[in-house]
Amino acid sequence: MANKGNAKTKAHNENGNATTLAAGASDPNAHLTTPTRLTGSEILWATLVGEGVETVFGYPGGAILPAYDALRKFPIRHVLVRHEQGAAHMADGYARASGKVGVAVATSGPGATNLVTGIATAMLDSIPIVCITGNVSSKVLGTDAFQEVDITGITLPVTKHNFLVNKAEDLARVLREAFQIARSGRPGPVLVDITKDAQQATAEFDFEAAKPRAYRPHPMLHVDDSGLAHAAELIRNSKRPVILAGHGVTESSAMEQVRTLAERAEIPVALTLLGLGGFPASHPLSMGMMGMHGEAWVNHAIQEADLLIACGMRFDDRVTGTLSSYATKAKKIHIEVDPAEINKNVKVDVALVGDLREVLEQLLPQISGRDGSAWLKTIEASKGAVAVRDINNLPDLGHLYAAHVMHDLWRITGGNAVIVTDVGQHQMWEAQYFHHDEPRTLITSGGLGTMGFALPAAIGAKFACPDKEVWVVAGDGGFQMTAAELATIVQEKIKINIAIINNGYLGMVRQWQEFFYERNYESTPLVSPDFVKLADAHGIPGRAVQKRSELESAVKAARSAPGAYLLNFMVEKEDSVYPMIPAGSALHEMIRRPDHDPLEETADDK
Amino acid sequence: MLHTFVAYVEDRPGVLTRVASLFRRLNININSLTVGRSERPGLSRLTLVCEASSEAGHRIRASLFKLENVVDVDDIAKDPAVTRELALIKVAATPRNRAQIFDLAEVFRARIVDLTSESLMIEMTGVESKIEGLIEVLREDDGRILEICRSGKMTMRRGHHVSSVVKAMGVVDGDAGETEEEPAADSVAGEAE
Repeated sequence: MANKGNAKTKAHNENGNATTLAAGASDPNAHLTTPTRLTGSEILWATLVGEGVETVFGYPGGAILPAYDALRKFPIRHVLVRHEQGAAHMADGYARASGKVGVAVATSGPGATNLVTGIATAMLDSIPIVCITGNVSSKVLGTDAFQEVDITGITLPVTKHNFLVNKAEDLARVLREAFQIARSGRPGPVLVDITKDAQQATAEFDFEAAKPRAYRPHPMLHVDDSGLAHAAELIRNSKRPVILAGHGVTESSAMEQVRTLAERAEIPVALTLLGLGGFPASHPLSMGMMGMHGEAWVNHAIQEADLLIACGMRFDDRVTGTLSSYATKAKKIHIEVDPAEINKNVKVDVALVGDLREVLEQLLPQISGRDGSAWLKTIEASKGAVAVRDINNLPDLGHLYAAHVMHDLWRITGGNAVIVTDVGQHQMWEAQYFHHDEPRTLITSGGLGTMGFALPAAIGAKFACPDKEVWVVAGDGGFQMTAAELATIVQEKIKINIAIINNGYLGMVRQWQEFFYERNYESTPLVSPDFVKLADAHGIPGRAVQKRSELESAVKAARSAPGAYLLNFMVEKEDSVYPMIPAGSALHEMIRRPDHDPLEETADDK
Repeated sequence: MLHTFVAYVEDRPGVLTRVASLFRRLNININSLTVGRSERPGLSRLTLVCEASSEAGHRIRASLFKLENVVDVDDIAKDPAVTRELALIKVAATPRNRAQIFDLAEVFRARIVDLTSESLMIEMTGVESKIEGLIEVLREDDGRILEICRSGKMTMRRGHHVSSVVKAMGVVDGDAGETEEEPAADSVAGEAE
């Protein structure tokens, strides 16, 4: 994986267009509209340009070098990562923040295998990315040549689809199909493995002719009048309905439709982790997050409900707890784009299998006004003593809790920031205390739970939304998994704020050990470098925050800094995320906040 | 229950891996899998038989459709269909005891397709139970069976018959698939021989 030798700087987005490629090219897109003879490498970039790609995240190496050599001719910004896992997460963060397809590039062998965790992360959360890998020449495929690995075989179960291309003439068609597959239906990652000789050979390039045939929707999509009528009737007759809003709300841009349904029929809305932002947290009908670390009243409402309307969610085990005791009193309506999710975990009474927005558009005309006030009052009353108190008003006892950090970040930014979290306790605290009103403002690895996700995904998100304020929120454990990407931030000169929630432990694992393994803190205490000094070594300013009183000025310093800034929040070490449903328990069997939670009680309270 | 999936898949490298990998992921053992060219250019037809819960059929079919190279999937389940399997069986036979096997083959309407001084090869097509019947009889003599090669099941839905034809063939709708014996029409012809 030798670095590109002639790493000359170039003004991206300025030169580039393939003036050298198409005859008489005063038209910058001539190489797309005029069939031209190009090398496979040129076809690769020309096709990406045609697909609207402006930024790719990658790392060069032997088998992808012909492609890198041709890159200078095209208006594509290449972000050099420090590890290919970072490239995949950046493409993923770019896709989550923008809704567009993210692109990662890597060489063969170790370059390709390093992508795998990132690809699996995108797969489990249905994120559209295209990963391009070089491979050895087709003549030596399958011979264990240097840096050869069967990456299409390795990624088969973690990609929506993948391709091996060994002819330059197939490249444009395959790449265009890859983009179509990645973004259609239930989105997902697609990998295109290109042999070195396919990059070097020449072929006729005709972008239009390479257009794939129209996307064929899954043949088992099924929404019929009787199903819609049945769903409408269930909603009309329900006394205690709950809408379960998932990632599909954002993916299918159904925010308005879900909101209309909730408002018209006065139905409270519970959100999955990836659903956060899909329905405004500030909306009076928003209950908050459901599931393992969801608030007690949300899970109780689900357990007591007589109707669940699942919108673009898949009844993951983190939101259902034990299936046998999940919402046993409720009829279930499942609106979902993937037929394979129907009746997978939870048996439903009505399945409307199709794009969420389209289905809701069909359903809404049948939904009339409905008085839901009694049920809403019941839920409101159930919040009672277990509600999270507004920790804004808590006395400052000299301790710093992660919840303080999340809450104050939300307050100071006005909620107008893209928060990219890692995985663990801080992720759950973020979900509980940072209130997201807009879709695509929380970027987090839900399905795979990939530690190390935050920093690279935030870099991708910043490239997708250069005008937005982007925060990394990561634990001390996860941050160290991909901390090398700090150098990428500096090299690319981007502004990202980094908040490390540092409790000296692998906190979520420690919490499980505390609750379920008799406080045997095996291998969870964690020695970390001084993160402020680490940032400084990269030329990134930062400061440590020990007390709540220092928090606001530190956050303000980070926000006003011209470039990236790192805050090392030294939070309470043995704090836990409450409430919690132990794995394998029912939703109502949760571990509540301790009666004398230091978060809520002062020493003076009696 | 026993599921029989009939699928049309693109005839190109790696497609079978994708299909097989799906069943591996679901931890479902494939009882048999046959693949060959179909009437549709560029598409192979496969018949895949596996044991899974009755509810699993929907999800397996939906998951098969999610594979980009899979064009069509049919879950035959218990619908009326014709299922056949081909078996090649090599048995030890000398000129002295050949005649007995010839008789057996005739009873089972199998054919002898290869003959040497030490062995002969039987080709037989039929439903699973018939093939297993022949194998069982051949096994009555220890060491007689040298090799068995079975194709796995091939299944095709029956056409849409008018009721009189169904009656004439002695096939009751819903009584097909696994439990099906040789179709009546075939048997009648056999008896007439």
